[in-house]
Amino acid sequence: MADRSFSPSHLPGFATIAVGVFVVLYVPILTLVVYSFNGGASVAVWSGFSLHWYADAWANTAVKEATVRSLVIALFASLIATTVATLAALGTTRRKVFKGQTFIYVMINQPLMVPEIVTAVALLIFFASIKVATGYQGLGYLIVAHAAFCVPFAYLPIRARLEGMDLSLETAAADLYASPWQSFRHVTLPILLPGIIAGAMLAFVISLDDVVITEFVKSGGQDTLPTYMLGQLRRAITPEVNAISTVLLMLTVVLLTAFFLLTRKRD
Amino acid sequence: MTADTAIEARDVVKAFGQGASLVRALDNVSVTIRTGEFFTLLGPSGCGKTTLLRLIAGFETPTSGQILLDGQDITHLPPNKRAVNTVFQSYALFPHLTVAQNVGFGLMMQGRPKAEIATRTDRMLALVKLEALAGRRTSQLSGGQQQRVALARALAPEPKVLLLDEPLSALDLQLRKEMQIELKRLQHETGITFVFVTHDQEEALTMSDRIGVMSAGKIQQLGTPRDIYTRPSSRFVASFIGETNFLPATTAPGGARLGCGVTIEVAGAPRAGRVTVAVRPEQVRIVAADEAGAIPATLSDLVYFGTDTHCHLRLSDGVEIVARVQSAVGGEAQFAPGQTVGLRFAPGAAQVLED
Amino acid sequence: MGTAEDAANARSVRNGWLLSTPALVLLTFAAAGPLLIVLVYSFLTPGQYGNVVWQFSTAGWRGILYSEDIFEPGTFTLADAHLTIFWRSISLSLQTTLITFLVGFPTAWFIATRPPSQRAIWLFLITIPFWTNLLIRTFAINEVIRNEGLLNTVLIWAGLIDQPIRIIYTDTAVLIGMTYVYLPLMVLPLFAAIDRFDMKLLEAGYDLYASRWQVMRRIILPIVKPGIVAGSILVFVPSLGAYVTPRVLGGGKNMMIGNFIELQFGQGRNWPLGAAISIALLLVVMVALLFYVRAANKGSGHG
Repeated sequence: MADRSFSPSHLPGFATIAVGVFVVLYVPILTLVVYSFNGGASVAVWSGFSLHWYADAWANTAVKEATVRSLVIALFASLIATTVATLAALGTTRRKVFKGQTFIYVMINQPLMVPEIVTAVALLIFFASIKVATGYQGLGYLIVAHAAFCVPFAYLPIRARLEGMDLSLETAAADLYASPWQSFRHVTLPILLPGIIAGAMLAFVISLDDVVITEFVKSGGQDTLPTYMLGQLRRAITPEVNAISTVLLMLTVVLLTAFFLLTRKRD
Repeated sequence: MTADTAIEARDVVKAFGQGASLVRALDNVSVTIRTGEFFTLLGPSGCGKTTLLRLIAGFETPTSGQILLDGQDITHLPPNKRAVNTVFQSYALFPHLTVAQNVGFGLMMQGRPKAEIATRTDRMLALVKLEALAGRRTSQLSGGQQQRVALARALAPEPKVLLLDEPLSALDLQLRKEMQIELKRLQHETGITFVFVTHDQEEALTMSDRIGVMSAGKIQQLGTPRDIYTRPSSRFVASFIGETNFLPATTAPGGARLGCGVTIEVAGAPRAGRVTVAVRPEQVRIVAADEAGAIPATLSDLVYFGTDTHCHLRLSDGVEIVARVQSAVGGEAQFAPGQTVGLRFAPGAAQVLED
Repeated sequence: MGTAEDAANARSVRNGWLLSTPALVLLTFAAAGPLLIVLVYSFLTPGQYGNVVWQFSTAGWRGILYSEDIFEPGTFTLADAHLTIFWRSISLSLQTTLITFLVGFPTAWFIATRPPSQRAIWLFLITIPFWTNLLIRTFAINEVIRNEGLLNTVLIWAGLIDQPIRIIYTDTAVLIGMTYVYLPLMVLPLFAAIDRFDMKLLEAGYDLYASRWQVMRRIILPIVKPGIVAGSILVFVPSLGAYVTPRVLGGGKNMMIGNFIELQFGQGRNWPLGAAISIALLLVVMVALLFYVRAANKGSGHG
């Protein structure tokens, strides 16, 4: 006899829609990836497997410079953001809620609440006057801007990890004659470390991916990879963009996998 | 099957898993529950009692077998089409609705007119004595109050059968005893068939008209509380319900011969050979050591329980036995450890068990 | 007791502030502070080659809705072009929010009802698009819907159409793009809310004669409402301020607010107007967020 069990959580049609959504989400991305390996330039015609778009991209000096710039900015921005976020997380968790804590939350999470275009415009104006006043045109503006909007992304995983930590561990350390600094260094920090690394990786990915703020804040010739691609989209699109996109995508997937493994709940 | 059968389960099997990990939660269970009775499924966790309840409710379908309600086959009917309502162990009250809205939910789903829903809800709340809390959110109630809301909600649509899945397990002792009396009263007043699931044998004994004792997916014994207690059919039932002394013996003329040499009367006609004699501690009488026909024993320990004292004794062959003696008025110990005494079993109290 | 505890508390508060200071400084300097500058600039006069002249003017704010007649300075007419842009932005954002909800809810439900062993994989799969570069995803959709893109190629190859369907550079293209890009932002908060949902309540609902539709309407939706509100805000806000997606998929013609703002800092050479629109956008977003906070608090059973 068939076991047609009644499942309370089954809602008709939902599974179909859900699977459909996953398919629709991935088809464009996979198309993009697949056609980065297409010998020819057209989606309509498959001209055989080829890596020459990757080679072209690699040979393109503009692409190389943009890549290096993206990585440099992401590295410094995530370092600054993670450090600042770690301190803030330590300051806002596991203590009695104090007046003004909401203000700190709002400030830290502000990049999540304000539309990027508005922040971009604000920084454009602000940095424009500083540029005029100091004459400095370097990467500093981009690094600082990136660091700022990466802070909430670093903050959230660190805070989550901190809140999940057992307070009695530090108490035990104190019972065993550890000073607050020693307790932090030998107990809190090591346990917190996966959260910090996860936060740093998230910040790195966010910085790498940013388009809008970078586009507005950069000075001439200071392209990052995303702004370079945006510029290319105005002109003739060649699969070189596919190749660059695929590489960025792979990098994101790798970092994201590492992030998932780091933040997996270990029982 | 007669007209006064509410629920019948026929050869019900429920298996989970596959191949090597196949588990039979219910193994060819057949049981008939009569209309208007307070029926309890009793057993340790994992015995299948909750699974059987869920099959009656419709949240699971049997792997094979049938479930009938008032003679109709409901085996494959979805739960929202069965005139059966459940009181969940975790209450499952809707957190976004008030007490009154929770109680009226089933009536609303049945499409009854608003006026009827309102009067029924009021009546139900009066029945469980929660009228004052009608407008409260369920999260603001105590455990006992939540339990009564769950009860009212399940009774409001006047189902043919009410299923209760260990509803009192989350309550403290005092509250539990009060609710047991409440449930009995409600069942009498409404006349609805109650199917009650519990692992607490005392609860089962005090509340039920009939009990089905379950273990490992099978019903071990079915009967009234008195039957189950005084005439347990197996070692499992005897040890699960109340306390029992198990004495190894051999069939002999006149009854059974214990290891220590004394032959005692036993109820029924046991088969020849080695048997187990079961006798309840309260049926063991302590008499003078030299009394004729008494079993000699030495007291090893006395445990004071307030209402009575448990005397732990050892027979001459080393077998341990417990006797329950009602406490003296002043609570003073009537015996001392090391004392030699005699034991007698009340007539008809010693039974031979199957396994 | 008393003072010792107070002193400890005071120290804890002071430490809290101290540790948060670097974050506050960074964000004031590079995020919140500049917003004030935008506000100031919205009340200045546009300079001839961009930037501003430090002279008070409300022209920026007026310019949001009204344009000055070139031939008759001093008369102002309703700027249809501007209104079209605002209307398009609001309309597309609302549509995007609605569509992402209609497909996102079943998706979130699906993931949340998978057995625990599978669930991590599905979550991972929905998160990858979320973290993939916005530009890449927009570009990927472009590859699908443009004239020589995947969709048209397949339809022509299957013989269903002769000519490619022109989707690119229309409002529809922008809608498709935004729905595609912001879908994970709807799914994730919905998933979080559904994950917290007590499935036993469904059994209780069916036990009390509810049909599947009634269970959805009367039990599921009211209880996961905070998740719905969160997802809606997370989609609506970025949609309203979208810049990349309308630029790539809409061409120059179908501007949304974000592109319109950029125009003022580029060819439009009207920084105060750009600043004013930005502040206006920010205010709309703040209002939306307030609604969210209100709705989220109501849903947590304070009522």
